[in-house]
Formats: sequence, C-alpha cells, structure tokens
Amino acid sequence: MTSMGDKAKVKARVGDIVFSRLARFSGIGILVILAAVAFFLFLQGLPALLPGADFVGKADNPLSYVAPYIFGTVYSSIIALLIATPLAVGIALYISHFADRRFSQVIGYIIDLLAAIPSVVFGLWGILILAPFLNPTYVWLSENLNWIPLFEGQVSATGRTMLTAGIVLAIMVLPIMSALIREVFLQTPRLHEEAALALGATRWEMIKMAVLPFGRPGIISSMMLGLGRALGETMAVALVLSPASIVNFALLTSQNSNTIAANIALDFPEAGGDYRSLLIATGLMLFLITMIVNMIARYVISRRAAFSGAN
Amino acid sequence: MTTTAPIIDTSNTLPRRFSLFALGGSVAISLSVFILAGFTSEDGIPNFFGVGVLAFIFYMVISFIASRAVEGRRKAADRMVTGWVTAAFTLALVPLTSLIWTVFSNGLNRMDITFFTNSMRNVLGEGGGAYHAIIGTLELTGIATAIALPLGILTAIYLVEYGRGRLKNAVTFFIDVMTGIPSIVAGLFAFSLFLILFGPASAINGMAGAVSLAVLMTPVVTRATEEMLKIVPNELREASYALGVPKYLTILKVVIPTALAGIATGVIIAIARVIGETAPLLLAAGFTTSVNFNPLEEKMMTLPVFVYTSYAIQGTDAQSYVDRAWAGALTLMLIVMVLNLIARIISRIFSPKF
Repeated sequence: MTSMGDKAKVKARVGDIVFSRLARFSGIGILVILAAVAFFLFLQGLPALLPGADFVGKADNPLSYVAPYIFGTVYSSIIALLIATPLAVGIALYISHFADRRFSQVIGYIIDLLAAIPSVVFGLWGILILAPFLNPTYVWLSENLNWIPLFEGQVSATGRTMLTAGIVLAIMVLPIMSALIREVFLQTPRLHEEAALALGATRWEMIKMAVLPFGRPGIISSMMLGLGRALGETMAVALVLSPASIVNFALLTSQNSNTIAANIALDFPEAGGDYRSLLIATGLMLFLITMIVNMIARYVISRRAAFSGAN
Repeated sequence: MTTTAPIIDTSNTLPRRFSLFALGGSVAISLSVFILAGFTSEDGIPNFFGVGVLAFIFYMVISFIASRAVEGRRKAADRMVTGWVTAAFTLALVPLTSLIWTVFSNGLNRMDITFFTNSMRNVLGEGGGAYHAIIGTLELTGIATAIALPLGILTAIYLVEYGRGRLKNAVTFFIDVMTGIPSIVAGLFAFSLFLILFGPASAINGMAGAVSLAVLMTPVVTRATEEMLKIVPNELREASYALGVPKYLTILKVVIPTALAGIATGVIIAIARVIGETAPLLLAAGFTTSVNFNPLEEKMMTLPVFVYTSYAIQGTDAQSYVDRAWAGALTLMLIVMVLNLIARIISRIFSPKF
C-alpha cells in the first residue's frame, strides 16, 4: 500500500523512523511470543521426559500416560464435528438462501450470541441440565441397541458420558462453523445461482449445482477450525465428562477417555514436581496437535484466498 | 397465435398451506405416540424435545410421500432439504434458549447485594459473594488489555502499512496460528514463564493470569484492526501524502481515526472473549477466597474460576455453592452480553460511511 515514488528521496523524519520501527518490532514480537510459548513449555516439560523422573505413582512413563488422553481429545472432537457439521451447513444454508434477509440478520446475531457464552457456563449447563436430560435416552439406547458396539457397556447413571461431552463441544463449535460457512455461501456468484434457477432448477438443485461446489473449501476449512477449537476446549469437558485414564470407544459409560486439556485443568492445581512437568509436556503436545490442524485449515483457505471467510 | 403452456404448472403442486397442515398433523401424531407409549415424566408430561424430534421425522416422511406422489421426485427432494435446513436452525436455538433460561432462572437466586459486596473469606455455608472474583476479573482483564491493545494494533499497522516480504507473510501466518492456541496452553505458558521469573513460591499470581489472557487476546485484536485498516480507502492516504504529511502522521491522524469505530468494536469483542476464559486463569492466577488487589503477589480469584471452583469444590451445604456458581455465571454472561451490545452500538453509530 506504500505507493510513494521510489525516486523521490524523502528526508527521513524521526517520527517516521520511530513509528515504523515500533510497528515492525510489534510484528516481530508476535513471533517471539509464539516461540516463547513453545520454548517455555518445552523447558518446563523436559524434566518429565528425562529418565528417572518421579511421577509419584500417577504415571509409569510419559507416553503410556498421555496416550489415552490423546485418544480422548481426538475422539470427543470427532464426535463433536460429526454432530456439528451437518447442522452448521444447514444453518448456513438457512441464513444464506432460505430465510428472508432481515430475519436472517437477526438470526445471525442470535447464533453469534452462542459464540460469546463463556465455556465454563457451557460446562455448568452441560453437567446440571443437559446430562440429566439426556440420561433417560442413554438408558433406553443401552437397553435396546446395545448390540451396537458404541452403545455397549454399563450405562452411566449421571449422563456424564463421552456422547454428552461431544454434544456440548458440538454446540460450542457450531457458531464459529456456521458463521464461516455462511460467509462463504453468501459469496457464491449470483450469476451461477440465477443461471441454475433460470434453467428450471429447484432451490435444492440450485444449491447442489452452484452453492455447494463453490463453498466446499469453506466447509472443509470450517471443519478444521471447529476441530481446532474442540481439541483445545477445556472447562466444558472438565466439568461434563466423568473421566478415566483408559481408551474406550463406548459412548454411554462413565469410564471415558479424558482429554488432554481437561486432564491438565483437573490435575494441575494439586500437581507438583515431575508430575507437573509431565502435565506441561502434555500441554505442549496439545499445542502441536492444534497447531497442525489449524495450519491445514489455513492452507485450505489460502488456496482459494478470494473468499477466505476467516477474515 | 397459440397460447403456450404456463411454465409453472400449478395443477401439479401441493396446496400452499400443505407444510403447515403436515407439521400440525405430525406434532399431533407424535404427541399421542408419546402419551400412549407412556414416555412421560411422573406427572404425565411428555418429553417435549422427544416429541419435536419424532414430529420432525413424521413431517419429513409425510411431506416426502405426498410431494413425491403429486409434485415428482425433484420437488420432493427440495422439500426434504428445506425441512432439514429449517430443523437444523431450530435445533441450534434449543440449547441457546435452554442455556439462557437456566442461567437466568438459577442465577437470580443469589443476585443480591451480598453477592457483590462480600468475598468468600471464612464463608462455609450460605452467604458470601464474588466481590474478590469481580475485582480480580476487572484487574486482570484491564492489564491484559493494556498489554494486548498496543501490541495488537501496532502489529496490524505493521501488516497493513509497512509490512512486505517474508516477515509480513510469517507474521500473518503466525497470527493465525496464535488464534488457534488452546486457552489452557496459554495458561501453562504464563505459569512456566513466571515459575522462572518469580520462583516456585510465588509463580501463581494475577500478573501471570493477565499475561496468559494477553496471549489469547493479541491475535484477535490484530485480526480485527487489520481488517479495519484494509478497508480504509487508499485515496485518503494518497491525499494526505500529497499534502506533504509524513507517513506516521498520516497513519495516526488519517488512517486510524477513519477506522477507529471498527477497531473499538474489535477490541471490545476481544475483551468479551477473554473475560470468560477459565482454564488459563485456573492455572496461572489460581484461586483463593480472599480479596487481593495486588496482581504481583499472591493468588487472585476471577469470575470464571469462581464459577468453576464453586461448583467443583463444594463444601458443606452444597446447594449454596451451586447457587453461587449460577449467580457467577449470570454475572459473567451479563458482562459479556453488555460488552457485545456496546460493540454493536459503536459499530452501528460510528461505522465509516463511504
């Protein structure tokens, strides 16, 4: 955006120099902070990875300790994504192509409101309202459909199951996902839509031919961003899930694989010594996982930067 | 001249009110199924969410069969999609309504003067309040804003006005990465940093919490400011340069004032986002029952952590702890909503009109 002539040698002013340096240092500061995050987590987590670390009976070795939590993190996020994606696409379509414009603006505000609710409030609601509400359904599912592997096992008495955690996470990522998808859908070239309608297509056929192909990268990147958000979500899972340190695919039991983030939140305040270092090391691992997921999302968006809905 | 057949053949469409009747019928059938099958609570009230889900299934089946028979396959598919899309939207409103309703109805129990003027020091049962937590939240959010605001805005100025080449690309990319940092990782970072700076005895203090919030807040501020600076028309900058105004003054006196409303909105939304962060503060600022004004010493309570610990660490008389958790949640939600409202008003009133 600097379009001043290069030939004209402008006299350097003190203010200009100071201000541009300041701005440049801030930009570099961002890189320094990120490097510092990785560095300090590594520094504090390192003692746990060295041989002879003493985990006061909480863990045998770092890898076998973190494995169930990695599984829990990924599993709960995938459940959340499976629930949230069709809903988010539906909501985005409703706002962009079904509701009338003024109404859809109001809806946009309402959905954005969901994004503003603090996660601890979601957690409180999840454990005190949603879990008891869903539990009769879980009991029914485990009585009648327990031949499906996902529903097997002793059903939870409280409703604090993997499925409830997945549903809460889905509700939490829904606003971000639907907002991003909606922006992409709204940018579908008007001519494509009108051409489809002029050929006699129904609204769904128009969406199938014009909107969805155009919006596919947007849907994929919103899924990745939602995944990134769900992977790192802490308090809602810490409150809702009844945790255990095992790998368990069953959705309705009270023995659920905890997530990395929730495990840190639950154990950290009382942890000390090498065990605390171990928790910090798992945090570094979570940081790397979410970073990779976010990078993939950004890569998908930037390939078609013209409608980078993230902005 | 012969008359051509009308393009839209009305003889092959279902009546306009069909959807309404189909929906009413489905709800009636579903309600009676629930009551007849006995899927009701003790006092005979059916589970309304279940009724809704079943009614939706009935509606889809009825309208598919009817539409398939009268209007053909294509229109039937169209009706299915309309049904799914509307249902998705309605379904999203259910948790939102339920959440706001429960937070308000449960939170109002303890929204009294004691809650806002007392701390939890020496409180074991009823009474007590979140005074210490509100102080902590205001102080920590204030400090975090004081760190993140200049850093974020200057970075955005760098990206839009000065940046070029590899450094600009790197900063843009890592701002995106930073947006995705899990909040608990920010907390671990602040804790690790302060463990080295302050030593193990006093690593957990308010300042550490504020630093973790600032890490989460900076990329949001940068992103919002960057977007706003980008839409400032280049003509304004060029007009300013043509008058001989130096670049830094052009930015300070022309570009920033034009984008100010948008920047303010972005900053307020960023504040609203970090004010509800729990996990990083739980680790970095800790929790306490006493009032603490000094962010550099001792643990500091904050509102989100107050909500969490009130529920998670219940003492005797558990109900009064749960009541306080809800009241804290309501206070937090009111703050977030008011901040969002202010942001909307600012952006509506002061948005630049080109």
